[in-house]
Amino acid sequence: MQTNEKKIIWKKKDLLGLEYLSKEEIELILYTAASFKEVTTRQIKKVPALRGKTVVNLFYEPSTRTRTSFELAAKRLSADVVNIEIEASSVKKGETLIDTGRNIEALKIDIIVVRHNASGAPNILARSVKSRVVNAGDGWHEHPTQALLDMFTLKSKLGRIEGLKVSIIGDIAHSRVARSNIWGLTKLGAQVTVCAPELLIPEGIEQMGVKVTTDIDEALRGADAINVLRMQFERDGALAFPSKLEYFKQYGITAERLAKCKKDIVVMHPGPINRGIEMSSEVADGKNSVILEQVTNGIAVRMAVLYLVAYAKDPAPSEASKVRKEGAG
Amino acid sequence: MTLKEKTKILDQEALDRSLERIAHEIVEKAKTTENIAIVGIKNRGAYLGERLARKLEKVAGLKVPVGALDITLYRDDLTEVSEQPVVHATEIDFDIDEKKIILVDDVLYTGRTIRCALDALIDFGRPSQIQLAVLIDRGHRELPIRADYVGKNVPTSLKEVVEVRLEETDGKDEVVLCAKEEDAD
Repeated sequence: MQTNEKKIIWKKKDLLGLEYLSKEEIELILYTAASFKEVTTRQIKKVPALRGKTVVNLFYEPSTRTRTSFELAAKRLSADVVNIEIEASSVKKGETLIDTGRNIEALKIDIIVVRHNASGAPNILARSVKSRVVNAGDGWHEHPTQALLDMFTLKSKLGRIEGLKVSIIGDIAHSRVARSNIWGLTKLGAQVTVCAPELLIPEGIEQMGVKVTTDIDEALRGADAINVLRMQFERDGALAFPSKLEYFKQYGITAERLAKCKKDIVVMHPGPINRGIEMSSEVADGKNSVILEQVTNGIAVRMAVLYLVAYAKDPAPSEASKVRKEGAG
Repeated sequence: MTLKEKTKILDQEALDRSLERIAHEIVEKAKTTENIAIVGIKNRGAYLGERLARKLEKVAGLKVPVGALDITLYRDDLTEVSEQPVVHATEIDFDIDEKKIILVDDVLYTGRTIRCALDALIDFGRPSQIQLAVLIDRGHRELPIRADYVGKNVPTSLKEVVEVRLEETDGKDEVVLCAKEEDAD
């Protein structure tokens, strides 16, 4: 009944990125998330663990799915939730991030969940406030809870992370999801391959311990799982690749390509999907796809993260609150 | 703080007999043995719950559903507890509506654990009745809670600790009364 009791204690005030976590800390989050997964299957999907605590969702970038997921996670822990979005906030009146953070903190809140278009913004915020800070995606830097829910989904599908071959396919250069996944997966002992058109592979990515290829067939061969990233043609994608159709032809995941893969290959996508660009509808809705499970698991993982940072034992100031220059080039 | 063992309260045989007696009492007290289900409080109560279910089968041929409850998220002392509690999964894979639930724990002390367990259990549905079975009742209640079935009543002082050790978690079955001793430094 009782499986591997984890003795590790969570001491981090914030969750800023998977780069800053140890293998054991990542495993603790995944273990805790499994317990919260059970809560989300109950008829009454609510536990009193964060009763009396307040979570602020501070979003400088539009986001429906991540914000909703965090909001539900907090509510299912009985926390009170306030959403602050850029249009409605005083940012437009010239207030700095640090001032905004301190003002929010003066409202006697406990946790700030922040999304920002600048890499490292959550790190700056974490350094400036005593409240706990959870990164909900910053620039091209990290999106730790997305990577955690990807790993949680992988683990529940395949039973382990260690030794798995995972290929991340798509716009690696502009993807915080890719970066967080690479940090997390390599720490847990997976073999990671990244695959994209040449211009979408950031220079020096090999140093993160991944294999690099521009050949989709090579990325698919022998893979236990693929994580297909969203192509952001509305952003810089167009510069790196001539057309959507051309991308689909060369890199799109189709039933034909999947037929040559391992039979039980796990197909993930952080959403929202561009059907007919990153993958065909047949694949997105097919038996290998776990895309909707990822969404469900996201709530359990975010509950675990909120719970752990809220009750961090003697939290030390985050060593991660130093600003990194990464993602700029 | 260290613990010094003072007396053995139950050995393996006595522990086993206590559970068997509780099983007899459950059957005796029940007007009908239908709808009985067992829910143990993690960690040790869950193992005791499984054992009690086996005893019910032995003494009365009853096969009852068994579940395990993790109460961490319902604790009223989350911010004060010295050791950060690890959240484990609750495993109740049957419908508790209209069931007569026997809640099982190892030691009944302040009653706060049981208060949490009642809250947690009621989030799963509406049992027709909840009864409490504990291996040891050591007194010092802080809430109006009492046990329906008790393995052994043990008068204790606040400076003492009752250690329940089980084969499943500690390698052997025994219950020991220990004294808290402040460390020299």
